[in-house]
Amino acid sequence: MLCAPAVIAMLLVTAYPIGYAVVLSLQNLDLRFPNETSWAGLSNYGTVLSSSLWWQDVLNTVLIAVISVSVELALGMAIALVMHRAIFGRGIVRTAVLIPYGIVTVVAAYAWQFAFLSADTGFVNPALNIHVNWFSGHWTSLAVIIMAEVWKTTPFMALLLLAGLTTIDDGLYEAAKVDGANAVQRFFRITLPLMKPAILVALLFRTLDAFRIFDNIFIMTRGAQNTESVSILGYNQLISRTNLGLGSAVSVLIFIAVLIIAFVFVRLLGVRMAEGRPGAT
Amino acid sequence: MVAGCGGSGSGGPVTLNWFIANQPGGSVQEVAKRCTDQSNGQYQIEVQLLPAAASDQREQLVRRLAAKDSTVDLIGMDVIWTAEFANAGWIRPFPSAQANQVTKGVFPSVIKTASFENKVYGAPFNSNTQLLWYRTDLVKKPPTTWDQMIAQAKTLAAAGKPHTILVQGNKYEGFVVWFNALLASAGGQILSGPGTVALQQGPTDKALEVMGSLANSVAAAPDLDTAIEGTGGSQEFETGSAAFMVNYTFAYGSAQADNPAIGKVMGSARYPRVVPNLPSKPPLGGFNIGVGAYSSHPDLDFQAAACIGDAQSELIATKDDGLPPSRPALYSSKIVTDAYPGFAGLVKSSIESAGPRPLSPAYQDVSLAIQDTLHPASSIDPNDVGTTYDDLRSSLQDAVERKGLF
Repeated sequence: MLCAPAVIAMLLVTAYPIGYAVVLSLQNLDLRFPNETSWAGLSNYGTVLSSSLWWQDVLNTVLIAVISVSVELALGMAIALVMHRAIFGRGIVRTAVLIPYGIVTVVAAYAWQFAFLSADTGFVNPALNIHVNWFSGHWTSLAVIIMAEVWKTTPFMALLLLAGLTTIDDGLYEAAKVDGANAVQRFFRITLPLMKPAILVALLFRTLDAFRIFDNIFIMTRGAQNTESVSILGYNQLISRTNLGLGSAVSVLIFIAVLIIAFVFVRLLGVRMAEGRPGAT
Repeated sequence: MVAGCGGSGSGGPVTLNWFIANQPGGSVQEVAKRCTDQSNGQYQIEVQLLPAAASDQREQLVRRLAAKDSTVDLIGMDVIWTAEFANAGWIRPFPSAQANQVTKGVFPSVIKTASFENKVYGAPFNSNTQLLWYRTDLVKKPPTTWDQMIAQAKTLAAAGKPHTILVQGNKYEGFVVWFNALLASAGGQILSGPGTVALQQGPTDKALEVMGSLANSVAAAPDLDTAIEGTGGSQEFETGSAAFMVNYTFAYGSAQADNPAIGKVMGSARYPRVVPNLPSKPPLGGFNIGVGAYSSHPDLDFQAAACIGDAQSELIATKDDGLPPSRPALYSSKIVTDAYPGFAGLVKSSIESAGPRPLSPAYQDVSLAIQDTLHPASSIDPNDVGTTYDDLRSSLQDAVERKGLF
């Protein structure tokens, strides 16, 4: 009973918009053609799922998510270990690392775009003494987008991992040292296994985020050179074409994909959100 | 910020919000002030600036209009939005007296862009067209066809001289402008009616061959696939790295201001032909002033739109920002001949014979379909355009039926 206000608030701010999107996705509804609205059944879903553009964009999105999250995990772990071991200036180090995460994504995206532009504003090409038109090619565009994504969200990953690291009892390391385990062995035999819950929670959050990538692509290429993600596809249908039926179908499918990702993490990999600490297991 | 309400019980002037993109020379603000002054205290035009890119301008307006925003009184409409906005009921048709007033003496090609189903929905403000700009120190005689131009570029490249041809190759509306101009110049059309795909095979193949062969030759600028009118267009030309450019008239004034050395050797010619025996059909741009359907004082809006679209306002746009007037009679005025020294007649004849983009309520879908299928231009194989043609045709068919994703 006491949780009723929370439940009502959740219903208002999440269930209602999601339900409304589902209702819209079942209609032929285009704001530019107000007199041609009708029920469409599942035909919008048929259109989306039979479109090669949708599958191409799913592939792009998965590619960006997998690569960026993997790199973030490796870098984030390294940064977490450094921060954990930092003796002096802990507070400053931890705050400084967070700065990229605190910058508005659109601003960061512009900064990366300006840096890599081949015209006069770009400093990357002259600095490396190369002549690459980064935003003219599929792979080079993807590379810049992924780098920007990694730069921005690695701190978030590092902080989540640091939280996991701090829960490991130092006594375990001392015991391992006494038993003659070297640093590598200690990392793989103690740190990683005990951090598994924290790592999985971090991966879950970041994968869900990365799958919905929008800002970086929107600013840097707007989907050109086949860098479109599913969120950009949804935006194009909803905002640019004002085809609310098709666009909502795309949004609902993205929502379902996100649910599947969460389900896989929670059920198959055993992420326990409430007790994501080794001490609790 | 939008000043919100329009009505004023106290008898002061009514505020009319004019949504339009900024022009660097300040013509928008000057025109707004002039019309405010002329209204004798009836209304006061407040400029609400839209983003610089046409697609962003449209998105903002569409969001407001679809939400029945009553603060949208006057709209600076790109020539391609009329059919969409009118069909959706977002703008009001001009009453016949005012329709006659705002279209009097205007280029017929421009009036068409302001009309939908035989009603006038916009007061033509400025028009626009593209010319072929070339370097007079590198090119003796400007080419008349794209094939000639590519051949000249190759010769210049072989001699180690600046040789590239600058076009709008980024994935955006400008890319559609380029394709449409090529197709129209080859004697074809994208649509033959608001919902009918034309895309005649012969002319379309010719247009695709030009795009593919330019993009896959030394004539292509390195950043062709991301070039827009400014970046990779006029700004690139001003660095002296290119020999040719197709671009709007603003490029001339821009070069004179930014790099007079290049400006001095900047020649202009008619937009190149695609087939030698057919005159080219240059692009047609510009803005018409529409009246928002949800505005609470349409009478004043129409009056203000007529003022913004009259001859004197058009000349302000020419004087401040180098924008071509939409009335042919104005091309002999000193303001126009000063803005376009030696090529005012060329601008006029280009607008007269322009090949406008299709007028369709589903234009946005048509544009996205073309961008999705044809971009980047280097992906078009000039020796085998057959598959590109088939893809484009089926994609456009989806677009006019508003099926499929873009």
